[in-house]
Amino acid sequence: MTADLTTNPGTVLPALAEALVAGKIRTIDLTHTLDPDFPVIILPPEFGQCARFRVEEVSRYDERGPAWYWRNFTCNEHTGTHFDAPIHWVSGKDLPNASVDSIPVEGFVRAVCVVDCVKEAAADEDFLMTRDFLLAWEAEHGKIPEGCWVLMRTDWSKRSAADYLNLRDDGAHSPGPDASAITFLIEERNVVGFGTECVGTDAGQGGHLSPPYPAHFLLHGAGRYGLQCLANLDQLPPTGALLICPPLKIKNGSGSPLRVLALVEE
Amino acid sequence: MTKRDARIRQAYDGVVAAVPITVPYQRYSPEPAHWWIARALGDLARAAGITPQDIDGFCVSSFTLFPDTAVGLTQHLGLTPRWLDHIPMGGASGVVSLRRAARAVQCGDAEMVACVSGDANHVDSFRRMLSSFSRFAQDASYPYGSGGPNASFALMTDHYMKTTGATREDFGKICMAQRENALSFPHALMKKPLSLEQYVSARPISDPIALFDCVMPCAGAEAFLVMSEDAAKNLDLPAVRVLSTIERHNAFPDDPIQIRGGWEMDRDEFWAMAGIAPDDVDLLETYDDYPVISMMQFEDLGFCKKGEGADFVRGHDLTNGGSFPHNTSGGQLSVGQAGAAGGYLGLVEALRQVTGTALGRQVEDAKTAVVSGFGMINYDRGLCSGAAALAGPGA
Amino acid sequence: MTEAIKRPRRKDPQKRTVLPTLPPTSRSRRALGFTVAAAEGRFVLQKCNDCDAVTYPPREACPKCLSMNLAWRDMPEGGELIAETTIQTSTNVYFRERTPWRVGTVALEAGITVLAHIHGDVAEGGRVRMIARTDKSGQGVLMALPEEETENMADDKQLRELTCDPKHRRVLITDGRTQLGQAMARALSAAGASTVFVGVAETWRPFAGADELAAIPNVEVMGLDVTDTVSVNELASEIGGKVDILINTAEYVRAGGAMDRDGIVTARDEMEVNYFGPLRLIQAFGPGMRFRGADGVNSACAWVNLLSVYALSNWPAYGSTSASQAAAYSLSQCLRGEFHGSGVKVLNALFGPLEEDWRQHLPPPKVTPEGLAKAVVGALQQGLEELTVGAVAEDFLTRWKQDPRVLARELTQPEGA
Repeated sequence: MTADLTTNPGTVLPALAEALVAGKIRTIDLTHTLDPDFPVIILPPEFGQCARFRVEEVSRYDERGPAWYWRNFTCNEHTGTHFDAPIHWVSGKDLPNASVDSIPVEGFVRAVCVVDCVKEAAADEDFLMTRDFLLAWEAEHGKIPEGCWVLMRTDWSKRSAADYLNLRDDGAHSPGPDASAITFLIEERNVVGFGTECVGTDAGQGGHLSPPYPAHFLLHGAGRYGLQCLANLDQLPPTGALLICPPLKIKNGSGSPLRVLALVEE
Repeated sequence: MTKRDARIRQAYDGVVAAVPITVPYQRYSPEPAHWWIARALGDLARAAGITPQDIDGFCVSSFTLFPDTAVGLTQHLGLTPRWLDHIPMGGASGVVSLRRAARAVQCGDAEMVACVSGDANHVDSFRRMLSSFSRFAQDASYPYGSGGPNASFALMTDHYMKTTGATREDFGKICMAQRENALSFPHALMKKPLSLEQYVSARPISDPIALFDCVMPCAGAEAFLVMSEDAAKNLDLPAVRVLSTIERHNAFPDDPIQIRGGWEMDRDEFWAMAGIAPDDVDLLETYDDYPVISMMQFEDLGFCKKGEGADFVRGHDLTNGGSFPHNTSGGQLSVGQAGAAGGYLGLVEALRQVTGTALGRQVEDAKTAVVSGFGMINYDRGLCSGAAALAGPGA
Repeated sequence: MTEAIKRPRRKDPQKRTVLPTLPPTSRSRRALGFTVAAAEGRFVLQKCNDCDAVTYPPREACPKCLSMNLAWRDMPEGGELIAETTIQTSTNVYFRERTPWRVGTVALEAGITVLAHIHGDVAEGGRVRMIARTDKSGQGVLMALPEEETENMADDKQLRELTCDPKHRRVLITDGRTQLGQAMARALSAAGASTVFVGVAETWRPFAGADELAAIPNVEVMGLDVTDTVSVNELASEIGGKVDILINTAEYVRAGGAMDRDGIVTARDEMEVNYFGPLRLIQAFGPGMRFRGADGVNSACAWVNLLSVYALSNWPAYGSTSASQAAAYSLSQCLRGEFHGSGVKVLNALFGPLEEDWRQHLPPPKVTPEGLAKAVVGALQQGLEELTVGAVAEDFLTRWKQDPRVLARELTQPEGA
């Protein structure tokens, strides 16, 4: 029997479940460990800053709680591997259903295309992915399907902490998309979201682009989502994988740290 | 001032001290001060042939009675005195107790006053006493090395030696003579002779003071009775008349360091009231927690000139058989220092000597004695000084 | 002549660490006036406001005229040693472990005599210079020093008990990202510290002076973020047993008060660094230091809090930061209490506006990082517990001592500062 939603309803998910158990579908963790040492985005010092991830022990089988271990943790909505909701950016502030608790959950489970920019990012740390670059990618891997996630792979997640942010006296240097690429993905491909390995969806020098921070500005203005600080993108095929990325249901949340998983057929 | 100084003090007519009691000392004892005082009081009554109910005046000195005072002791010991005193004057306690009691008896406030001094010595008593001795000691001397009286007297000794030329050997002579006297005194804790060699080479304690300059803290008690001459006669007790007494506190506060005690302020009157001169004295009991202070007493009481204490020592044999019998039981340096009882030791010994009842070697033909007391290193110097001239039955 | 202390050898791991003991702690309440001044390095005695008599030990009334009007006054330092003794045996455990111990009677220029600790280089009967310091019990004591500086004078055994000399000691500076932290590292290295551990938070974030910091002799840069309990605990587990002096240079300063700021995120950051930071450091490093207060030449000896003088009284222009500094200042008192018994001193260095980014718009006079570092090293060498750095801070402290409530009113005026 073929798993097929149209001809054989009720077969797709059991088949998926079976394939997962049989190891024919691999679950890949695209998440960095939440760790105080993991870099966060650095804004000019007079702005409010992103809180680092911190833990404080509440008890550890001791006088504070004899049989249990638990901790308080604190962080920003944008600490570690995290999800950006449209409301995160000023361009999306008036959109309906734009915070993590109100976003329709459908967008959290979608197909994913992985655009390999490793070579380009290695050659140019300020590499900007353009519409043309995406068109070239499509020429090789096919058209980006509607409603999917597009992830920009740079292998940036493999860098050391200092090289990851790559801060210099003129700011961070890391690759990202330009406005043409984002506009293309929104208007011509209608993606649900865009994600990167870097600390933000925009390039390190994205503030100098037009509009500034085009990924944030355009994506969120169009009600799309962002994912950043992703890892293990090298384990994903260019197409054919399924992304699972539900953020925490935080009231009016602008985003949240989350566990990002991908399902990949062997 | 001149007017008041000119007023002649009343003599202690008809008053006597009697029944010298020593409760044998112990280096350490688990017994509390109450035990030692009770034992002395009982011995006193038995020796006098009276009952405790006959005691209508009670005078106590002790460092280790806390939380009690003389008041608590009355109930503890079953006394109902009509006159009560507590003399916290350390080494001056004996003389001052005698003074107070003598006036009480003379004026009829009491008939039979028991003067008792006793202290416990537990293993850690000395350290604890030093650490809470006085507010000035707590604030300004104990934090400086916590040497206690050893350090205080070391400073005095250092200064005295530098300014007078006294030597370690001079102090050694005092200590050796007292040890000689102690060898015949049954209650002395020190039982071996002391040589100059041993004295000079002893373990340093607080330079220039070494081991044999220091007393050994111990537990013990001393006591005597004060009553009228008639009462003593009725009880058939050998009695000692009080010729004269003085006391003085915080004398010469502007001396940069102690070079003299209060005796110097009062000695002329002391001798005048006693009606005798230093040469008339058969034995002298000084307060001797360190030899330097005995030397100062020789000077300040007028036995020699200021600064000539060392010469005086060199010129005399200080043993009981010598030219100037001094601290005839061995003094605290050889008997031990039973806390405040150390302030009674010389007085009690003098009562024995001038009544011909010495426990150790009797000073031949001893009739007249002078006892002096010195006490309470409140900060850098002893504040209390006193002296009494005593006359035995033969005087 | 004092023999120079040699750098201690590595500790024999089979030897038990000597536990701290204390010189006598107990003092009358009146005597604490002397201790307060000694903690600042001032030698004061009571002087009668009515008859000018100088008195000591501390009294409730003038012994010359019975006036109750005695005031603590700075005294001339000169004196002469008129008697001395070297204590060879003591009933107090602290001194017993440290005999022989020299004390003496000093006739002061002020006209009275006092008992004092005596430096080994003071000649018998010689002229002396008096200092007042707190000892290991935290109480003020007097020490007579030679009138003229002598060779290796600071290494005198008795003097070193009163000081926190960095020489041969190991120091932790908690934040080396700032100019202050770097100036402190240079100053401690120059003062002879055998190791200067310098904490750097978020090593992934570059900072000015990083290479120069690492190049300072005896400096070891360590990862440390005082806002991160895990980081603080990790560093303590690594070097907690060999931190003899801890200098908390971490600070978080932002202009602004309470009403005119949105939200509490900045205030929380201030508290994270300025209050929870020292609290974390205390929990992580305090117990080890408390245990090592008598651990030989490089015993643990000092905990240094660098605090804005506005910790004493709130300056609304920096109102929220002032509040966090006040919390830290209050905590320092708790720390002093908890260190009691260990011999570890808490040095609070109160400083006026520092020459750094977050106080850039404030007018001079300002304290330079180098000036603050130098003052702290000097205070450690002297064994002080209270230090005021800079003209603004000194003026502020004077006004605070005169009347803290008048100062509070001044500070809340529009021109108040």
